[in-house]
Amino acid sequence: MVPLSWYILLGVVLFVIGAAGVLLRRNILVVLMSLELLLNSVNINFIAFGRYYADFRGQIFAIFVIATTAAEVAVALGILVALVRNKATLKVDDVTVMKG
Amino acid sequence: MDQGFFLLFAAVSVITALTVVLARNPVHSALALMACFLQVSAIFVLLGAPLLAVIQIFVYVGAIMVLFLFVIMMIDVREAVLQRFLPGGNLPALVLLVLLGVEMVVLVLWSDRFSIAEPVAIRGGDEVRELSTTLFADYLLPFEAASVILLAALVGAIVLARKEPG
Repeated sequence: MVPLSWYILLGVVLFVIGAAGVLLRRNILVVLMSLELLLNSVNINFIAFGRYYADFRGQIFAIFVIATTAAEVAVALGILVALVRNKATLKVDDVTVMKG
Repeated sequence: MDQGFFLLFAAVSVITALTVVLARNPVHSALALMACFLQVSAIFVLLGAPLLAVIQIFVYVGAIMVLFLFVIMMIDVREAVLQRFLPGGNLPALVLLVLLGVEMVVLVLWSDRFSIAEPVAIRGGDEVRELSTTLFADYLLPFEAASVILLAALVGAIVLARKEPG
């Protein structure tokens, strides 16, 4: 069997990579994709803990995380389409004001 | 056997995750993220959660990434390809990331709570049935709330992406 800490470490590595994408990348699309990566690494942790402590709640929380992620992506991409229609930019540092 | 599979899937998922962050073209990022999600769903299978693995493939690879690719097709990404990272000093962010990673790794390796090598009890029987009973009986209210959230997101996305009249 694989020790639990391996799964946790994989979650840590994916989380740090995703956080690097969110903090460092300039393209809004890639920032959103890195956000997906963050949520996915959290799901790995949920399911690993649920498996090793024989508890269903890990998987149930992972299902809720996935549902919330789907909602978040739909709204974020809607905002992105509206933004590009108004301002025609994809750089995060060009979008610093909410109005206009 | 399990460890070999885990190392294989973990290595590929980390490499594809790095490709997501480092690729110049957003389309390459999206395809690498798809590969990463497939590896993560394989890891879910290793963890004895086949239902979650299938949901992962359906929702992430089937729905979310296709949505991303559609948006990439709709908008012009060429001008954003030129510069990958934020200009100027990224030092604080890098320091923060390194601190975060080191802290989490040290805590995981230092604590003895994470060192258990075997699940405390292997459940027998029909796992998906038990899971769905728990989901629809004990977690019915959060389930309904999640469906309302999805409906609100659907309406919100349509309203946001619609062309303004006039």
